[in-house]
Amino acid sequence: MTPREARGVQGGGQPPRAQGGPRGSGGKGFPPAAGGYPGGRPPGPAQFRSYYGRPVLKEPVWEALDVAGYLFLGGLAGASSALAASAELTGHPELARVAKTAAAGAIGLSVAALVHDLGRPSRFLNMLRVFKPTSPMSIGTWLLTGYGPAAGAAAVSAVTGWLPRTGRAATVVAAVLGPGVAAYTGALLSDTAVPAWHEAHRELPYLFVSSAASAAGGLGLVLVRSEQAGPARNLAVVGAGAELVAKTLLIRRLGPAAEPYQSGRAGHLMEAAEILTAGALSAAALGGRNRVAAVLAGAALVTSSALTRFGIFLAGRTSARDPRYTVVPQRDRIRRQDQSESPAATV
Amino acid sequence: MSVSTHSGGAFASGPADAEGGLDPAARSGYADHPPRMGFFTDTSVCIGCKACEVACKEWNAVPADGLELTGMSYDNTASLGASTWRHVAFIEQITRPGESRWLMSSDVCKHCTEAACLDVCPTGALIRTEFGTVVVQDDVCNGCGYCVSACPFGVIGRRETDGGAHKCTLCYDRIGDGLTPACAKACPTESIQFGPLDELRERAQARLEELQEAGVADARLYGEDPADGIGGAGAFFLLLDDPEVYGLPPDPVVTTRDLPRMWRHVATAAAALAAAAFLSGLGRRS
Repeated sequence: MTPREARGVQGGGQPPRAQGGPRGSGGKGFPPAAGGYPGGRPPGPAQFRSYYGRPVLKEPVWEALDVAGYLFLGGLAGASSALAASAELTGHPELARVAKTAAAGAIGLSVAALVHDLGRPSRFLNMLRVFKPTSPMSIGTWLLTGYGPAAGAAAVSAVTGWLPRTGRAATVVAAVLGPGVAAYTGALLSDTAVPAWHEAHRELPYLFVSSAASAAGGLGLVLVRSEQAGPARNLAVVGAGAELVAKTLLIRRLGPAAEPYQSGRAGHLMEAAEILTAGALSAAALGGRNRVAAVLAGAALVTSSALTRFGIFLAGRTSARDPRYTVVPQRDRIRRQDQSESPAATV
Repeated sequence: MSVSTHSGGAFASGPADAEGGLDPAARSGYADHPPRMGFFTDTSVCIGCKACEVACKEWNAVPADGLELTGMSYDNTASLGASTWRHVAFIEQITRPGESRWLMSSDVCKHCTEAACLDVCPTGALIRTEFGTVVVQDDVCNGCGYCVSACPFGVIGRRETDGGAHKCTLCYDRIGDGLTPACAKACPTESIQFGPLDELRERAQARLEELQEAGVADARLYGEDPADGIGGAGAFFLLLDDPEVYGLPPDPVVTTRDLPRMWRHVATAAAALAAAAFLSGLGRRS
């Protein structure tokens, strides 16, 4: 019996009711779902089998606004703190003050979003009862516990002028921990079974820090006079350039597994982010000290960074919801393993 | 089934059990512990009565989670989750024109040797018991949902009503008293077998050979191999078709095996960001 004859027999195939899966994005790599067939004959590469098209994995329970918002704001905060220290050291006090304030505001909001997303928000402190290197969320909690107060103190001191020495120390602590806050979220997402996130575990930390740098630089460009915004412009340009490179690498290395990043709503968000970044990059690089160009470029970078995080979040959700992203790569792995074990056998 | 031979993750070191696999209870610090207990679910004798589902709900006081007709054969449970700790799958197949077969299988938490849910839990709510099983402590869980995304089998879920994560406990309260878990106790065909994992593996191997001699060429064990991507399951299966037909991943690998590499990339990325920020202040002074 051919697979075609078996189509429609349960064990695979389309579910009897709409699953809302991202089917029909078609043609970018993954094969369509095939009908179940008996007899244990392996399907050709053009099909995969599933239980009524239902997901193998559970979709992340996180709210997009909370968690993607946290990824964006946490990155913005962490990179802003690093930028603030650099600006202070190199004689850009206005930029330093703005960046510290932005960092404190962003980290405050992002922690609020995180707590809001807990199923039992009153138990936030339960995360402080253990320190687990096997859990990026645990490490992140400790990073935030150190970073948050430092960023807050640095901002308060910068705005009020109180306790300048403490403010300076807090600035340094925030600048040291800030990049960690921006980067660890790469491991936070990729240390899951979610295919689009796990497969990107090499690229996500770099994509996140470059996106964070671009957002922090962008915010500096928007809020600070051009004469004072030199470091922000530099960081924005470097960050935006690195972000474009990191995205390209991610898509290329993932191959067919990159499909969730390129299709559906996630695909639209990623594409919009890329256009904004590329536009802002040229504006920031070519616009020089033109204030309007700087504000537009900065706003575009901040927006692009947020869109990128939402795109990545949604791509993960899509990849968890559709069994093909779970089954096909695992089948391929088994096939490759079988082939390397018995080179004579060609499947 | 064919399984990948993974060399054991970075976090997977320590005492080994009789089969050469890792001894999860000893690795978790139980010096003197009872044998590792588990389930062997022989789906070739499952009759789809769902007594396991009912017994589990009853004993563990797991709340109802709605009733909808799915259209998926006799399966209206649909999947494992926060309030479904046993799920019976029904698969109708036409083997030849005019001939059909009906596969039934009771799915459950795999109680992995290398458990991703346990690794990623930021509160320590998920623990390894002295029996080598994996259990959620309800009074510690803060409902972060990380375990839900980490499980390669889609087993654990977050319950809407209390915001906490829940899954099969392998009836921790019963087996501590020498009782059989509710599902295995209720199973009328001994499709669900409970016992020391070593014994179950032997029994499963014998059953597999018996079936293959009887001409059931499709029979295969799933999750019994300590060399697989999760270090072997504490609850494993005898299946009659590819795992994905039952909604199981064909070659699951615990995500934390790649975590050391992830941390290295995180460190490099953070250092790069710090350097970029520092250098951005240099250059032409405004």
